Amino acid sequence: MAKRAILGLFEDASYAAEAGDALQRAGVAPTDYDFLTDTPYPEGAFGERHEGHKLYIFPLCGALVGLTIGILLTSMTQMAYPMVQAGKPILSLPPMAVVTYESTMLTAIIFTIIGIVFESRLPSFKQGLYDTRITEGYIGVLANVEETQLTEVSTLFTQAGAVDVVRENQAPA
Amino acid sequence: MQEGRPIPSRQINRELLSTILNSPKWFWIAVVLLGLIVLGAMSAAGFMVNKGLGVTGMNRPVMWGFFITNFVFWIGISHAGVMLSAILRLSKAEWRRPATRAAEILTVFSLMTAMLMPLIHTGRPWRLVYWIYTVPFAPYDYARGIWPNVRSPLVWDPSAVYTYLTSSILFVLVALIPDFAVLRDRTAPPTSGHSPTLTHRIYTLLAMGWRGNPRQWKLQIIAGVLLSALILPVFVSVHSIVSWDFGMAVAVKSWHSTIFAPYFVVGAVHSGVSAVAFAMIILRHIYGWQNYIRHEHIDALGRLLIVVATGWFYFFVMEVIFGFYGREADELAVRDLQFMQNPWNIWMMVFVFTTYFLPVALWLPRMFRRNLWIMSAACISVNIGMWLERFIIIVPGLQNKQVFTFSWYTVYSPSAVEWTIIGGTFALVSMLMLLVARVAPLIPLYDIKEAEILRTEVKIGRVTVPAVYRED
Repeated sequence: MAKRAILGLFEDASYAAEAGDALQRAGVAPTDYDFLTDTPYPEGAFGERHEGHKLYIFPLCGALVGLTIGILLTSMTQMAYPMVQAGKPILSLPPMAVVTYESTMLTAIIFTIIGIVFESRLPSFKQGLYDTRITEGYIGVLANVEETQLTEVSTLFTQAGAVDVVRENQAPA
Repeated sequence: MQEGRPIPSRQINRELLSTILNSPKWFWIAVVLLGLIVLGAMSAAGFMVNKGLGVTGMNRPVMWGFFITNFVFWIGISHAGVMLSAILRLSKAEWRRPATRAAEILTVFSLMTAMLMPLIHTGRPWRLVYWIYTVPFAPYDYARGIWPNVRSPLVWDPSAVYTYLTSSILFVLVALIPDFAVLRDRTAPPTSGHSPTLTHRIYTLLAMGWRGNPRQWKLQIIAGVLLSALILPVFVSVHSIVSWDFGMAVAVKSWHSTIFAPYFVVGAVHSGVSAVAFAMIILRHIYGWQNYIRHEHIDALGRLLIVVATGWFYFFVMEVIFGFYGREADELAVRDLQFMQNPWNIWMMVFVFTTYFLPVALWLPRMFRRNLWIMSAACISVNIGMWLERFIIIVPGLQNKQVFTFSWYTVYSPSAVEWTIIGGTFALVSMLMLLVARVAPLIPLYDIKEAEILRTEVKIGRVTVPAVYRED
């Protein structure tokens, strides 16, 4: 049976955390509910599941790509237009380091941005159930449950102190 | 430190998005007035391109005048963004919150303006077209066998500045995603029956489907710290490399200094943070953001500036002492010009007074740091001084470059064309800041809201002290 989304809106973080606990007690898997807020709360404030990420790999890969580009660009351009100065080597390492440094940092930063977007699962324009009141300070507890559990979850949310409960295909209040 | 009263999320949205959703009446008048000044500057630049560089005051040997001075000045201002945003974010300074976004955006626009200056200075800016369009996206004319000379600081310079510019733009955009989501929700049609407005569609696109779950917030916070740590070394490299535009020039005596890199970096932070403090005071005044940009924030900036100014003054004194210590005749001739001969000695006194002695004297008493008029005056004073500093470095050095050959040329006198273009750059940055305030919040909403949820009070003995929780 297809799962349906249900969203409880809470004014207080502790009520939202209680709703999360109640969902867990009701047998809803941690991957089936999420907390939506308009500001970063301290990690674990809602008792949410810990999710790993691989963001730190992105700047590292970017730096390696940039380093390679920088070395190739600076060495190949000097070799393509060799300027002999007082018998010194064609490849002048100190200036190469400057441009290579910049290309390394640039690609590290670009890859980090790509990593942030990718790891945040963005862009994701098919939003699913959502309520604009979340960006006005309400805390949303979003659960994906079997259709038969909808009423039970709605009651759980109300008992935990939800100011409103919104179901899929139902216009928000 | 957490003064002020608690503010609910809805009020934060309403007050900080007022510049976007309900623009004040004076807004377009200000934009048009600034736009006219920019138009004047563009006309002056067009006139110069048409007539040639002869309409400026530049002549041999002073071939770098107001334009390059202004280039270095705006690069310096751009250092405010990273200084405040990255260093204070990494050190978890609570008072950074209202200042970061405006500082980062100021960084972007001042860098863009800075990059205009060498382009105008070339006198033949259309030549850029040859660079760009011969091979798409390659800034050199590879097809004609022209390759970048990586040994030249004039190649290092754009590579550093464009790295910094690209990084700063991406940094700003990533931090804006959650705030675009707030705007998406605030511009949403009231019921599902209404069709969404174009504004809503644009903000929906910019928010990229942001929902604000713990994973996204966690990554957003890590992103702030990670990008700060990555941009910080770029920030140091940019002004170091700009200083090497001068420091690597063996032929110009007073420029050929090993201390220039740290001296320029600290000077850039000094002028940049002063500019941010002034911009914050202006924003507080014109948008009525007294709840967000509070006296405690300006006070903290004032205290920070005392340290930065003193650090800068130390490098300034060292740079001068090193100049004298070498006892080279050419170097001493430039120092003689800077310190002993009219009008340079007057400019030198004005520069040192306005950059250090006046502002630091004003920042020392707490009551002055919390007086916005006095703080504004001090910050403007610093930036007048820092502009003069670059001018005093560039022109006297060039004037003495080839004493015997060109001694007939004595004083560089900027023309009306140069004054107009320089004035236009200040109007351009102000106009762009105003225009951004019309489409994106200049104070990060989620940062302010986070401060609100972490706000608390601690009772110590008989006093209750405002405090804030801090995550490790």
